[in-house]
Amino acid sequence: MGYKAKFRVWRGDADSGELLDYQVDVNEGEVVLDILHRLQATQASDLAVRWNCKAGKCGSCSAEINGRPRLLCMTRMSTFTEDEVITVTPMRTFPVIRDLVCDVSFNYTKAREIPSFTPPEGLKPGDYRMQQVDVERSQEFRKCIECFLCQDTCHVVRDHEENKESFAGPRYLMRIAELEMHPLDVADRRNEAQDKHGLGYCNITKCCSEVCPEGIHITDNALIPMKERVADQKYDPIVWLGNKLFRRDK
Amino acid sequence: MTEVERHSYDVVVIGAGGAGLRAVIEARERGFSVAVVCKSLFGKAHTVMAEGGCAASMGNANERDNWQVHFRDTMRGGKFLNNWRMAELHAQEAPDRVWELETYGALFDRTPDGRISQRNFGGHTYPRLAHVGDRTGLELIRTMQQKIVSLQQEDFAEHGDYEAKIKVFAECTITELTLDDGRISGAFGYWRESGRFVLFEAPAVVLATGGIGKSFKVTSNSWEYTGDGHALALRAGAQLINMEFVQFHPTGMVWPPSVKGILVTEGVRGDGGVLKNTDNKRFMFSYVPDVFKGQYAESEDEADRWYKDQEANRRTPDLLPRDEVARAINTEVKEGRGSPHGGVFLDIASRLPAEEIKKRLPSMYHQFKELADVDITAEPMEVGPTCHYVMGGIEVDPDTASASVPGLFAAGECSGGMHGSNRLGGNSLSDLLVFGRRAGLGAASYVDSLASRPVVSQADVDAAAKMALAPFDPPGDGAEENPYTLHSDLQQSMNELVGIIRKAGEIEQALEKLADIKSRIHNVVVEGHRQFNPGWHLAVDLRNMLLVSECVARAALMRTESRGGHTRDDYPQMDSQWRNTLLVCAAADDDPVAPAVSVTRKEQTPMREDLVELFELTELEKYYTDGELASHPGRTD
Repeated sequence: MGYKAKFRVWRGDADSGELLDYQVDVNEGEVVLDILHRLQATQASDLAVRWNCKAGKCGSCSAEINGRPRLLCMTRMSTFTEDEVITVTPMRTFPVIRDLVCDVSFNYTKAREIPSFTPPEGLKPGDYRMQQVDVERSQEFRKCIECFLCQDTCHVVRDHEENKESFAGPRYLMRIAELEMHPLDVADRRNEAQDKHGLGYCNITKCCSEVCPEGIHITDNALIPMKERVADQKYDPIVWLGNKLFRRDK
Repeated sequence: MTEVERHSYDVVVIGAGGAGLRAVIEARERGFSVAVVCKSLFGKAHTVMAEGGCAASMGNANERDNWQVHFRDTMRGGKFLNNWRMAELHAQEAPDRVWELETYGALFDRTPDGRISQRNFGGHTYPRLAHVGDRTGLELIRTMQQKIVSLQQEDFAEHGDYEAKIKVFAECTITELTLDDGRISGAFGYWRESGRFVLFEAPAVVLATGGIGKSFKVTSNSWEYTGDGHALALRAGAQLINMEFVQFHPTGMVWPPSVKGILVTEGVRGDGGVLKNTDNKRFMFSYVPDVFKGQYAESEDEADRWYKDQEANRRTPDLLPRDEVARAINTEVKEGRGSPHGGVFLDIASRLPAEEIKKRLPSMYHQFKELADVDITAEPMEVGPTCHYVMGGIEVDPDTASASVPGLFAAGECSGGMHGSNRLGGNSLSDLLVFGRRAGLGAASYVDSLASRPVVSQADVDAAAKMALAPFDPPGDGAEENPYTLHSDLQQSMNELVGIIRKAGEIEQALEKLADIKSRIHNVVVEGHRQFNPGWHLAVDLRNMLLVSECVARAALMRTESRGGHTRDDYPQMDSQWRNTLLVCAAADDDPVAPAVSVTRKEQTPMREDLVELFELTELEKYYTDGELASHPGRTD
């Protein structure tokens, strides 16, 4: 059943680049990453593309296919018609290194700024007791494969370089929610979520949830509950008064 | 003189999968500075692919479980060829390593009383695998990645620099280890992004580079699995053992072609899935080998009852060790009872309600839906064997994880001995934790004991740089070779000639092919420049794949028996004369591209008596020679 697909791939580096046209063989059952690999092996041996597991588990091969943030390994060729031109470009939110490979260090920097898991003092290894129903909330967020597609699509930073400093992005706001909902974590990250990591920038358009290849309900289950917790902490007048009187806000 | 970026650390860990990360944590907690170097982005290592779980005899699901039972299962799985001391340490320490992960923030699935839930798996007597649905490897990687972040935060608080003690060098490939007077002095490599060279000056190197699956055509392994650690160790003068033992996981996807080999977790069978042939027959009942007779259910009814009541029933033969199941599938397909795309059926749809399947095996559901358009809650999967794991690896001291070269340590898949001739599912993640920690500790103690630091010589750096750049500037005395073509030739040969079923003539053919590839590899040419150039990256990795492939083939030819992950069609029986013999691979010359490989026999140290006594004499008789058992208390009484 093979046919030749029309591909338009962004080639270039940090300074400049352009979309180049290719015609590549396609076989039954293949995904976009297979086609890019065939392109490497036959026409463009130096085409830069990140990938690892080719099974949607590692989150390395993130890019934009016809403008939509997707994993190259999980996008089947059968979702396109045979005469459709398939345009593959690097993620727009991050600086390009070469071709489809971006500098995603922004994410690793943000990861380091979030206070880590803090267990109760004196709780010994082996003595952790948690109910399944309680761990499930954070487990959903821990399905994250760190493909950074949610970060890529989020309009707060997608075309606003200036917001990157003060906005951790959906992935890391979700990490805060994950720790806040961890049944045994004792730290309080609510103020920090709002003041340091820009939770307030999120206006719940759910773009992040839409592109998540793991189907995590980032907005509904992580960001909105986090906003509610922050609102309770920062804006509830009784809590506010209590904090003023007893200075418990530190 | 070569232009090179220099860094100095106490310990350099190569590989950022489970073993590497656990080594980093340990070395840093002992106060040493650590560089962790990985070919991919941080957190993408192959450990994320591990699905089923992490074996540890915590006894949460069945309180009769303990380290001795786990030890016995591990030795049986490896057909008693395992390094027994490693198997002992592994079984003893695995529970502590799992509980430790909870203190780093891991969230395993729970039992009703709030402890870590444990699931059944092939070869394990009791439900033993700590798990998170079917994405346990991801949980391990992420947990340790986040632990490293928390250590970096502590270092930031103390030194004002996140990277004061631990620095991650991501997308960086190590191409050579350097030696000073026979001791490790450092590691040389290049940044994948820029192609620029980098030198780590360090007295201790921990290899945690994983496996060799990319030498085979059908594999569950990612591109990173090119045997780098194996090859680096050989070229530095260390030895590899057990290289003939390669695990073919019985259940890989077989269709569509582009995903052929991708893993289908053993958890499917642990949770009730059964293997069927095209006649709808549960064929595994016909494949219980003599050594396991009596330990597995003999009827479908008993097997089905076992899922509910494990005390009164024996387990289903669908959960025999992986080598047995892979061979059975191979036979069914060969004899014409396979599925339409050349595998067999794995049926969970008729065994569990759809909702339960989605809950217990979410990523399998997702994987088949997205990649094969198969709804596993409604129809059976098609599966077949895929190259999954190499039991062989760097020979190490069990307690310190040190190789024979001073300053060199190894842990995880790239080390050898722990799993003998066949690894049990779930024993890999626990292996990473136990021996990753021990390697970090071993490296820390070694650095602590040094009176003087070794020095990297400029000549070594120049030679390594020249070697790495060779593909841009081939000698020009032969036809130019494309690295992708050579790689695919190599994979084809290994898959067809040294694959799941082997025979002397075919292995000899494979060795000829490898010699041919070796003669062509000098002429590999890559286009373009050094910046993020995948053709060049492959050319560099190719010589490692060639070297380890030769080790696999030579050892496979020499071992004239069938055992675990080594099946000889011309020697189909397990031979107890071979049980205690290790085949040791070493570099036999100084060829910088790919040295010649020598293979020699070596006897293992006999198992300590108190461990021998954990087994019934009748079981040992199936594996040991009469001579070996002459002094057994059961015989002398």
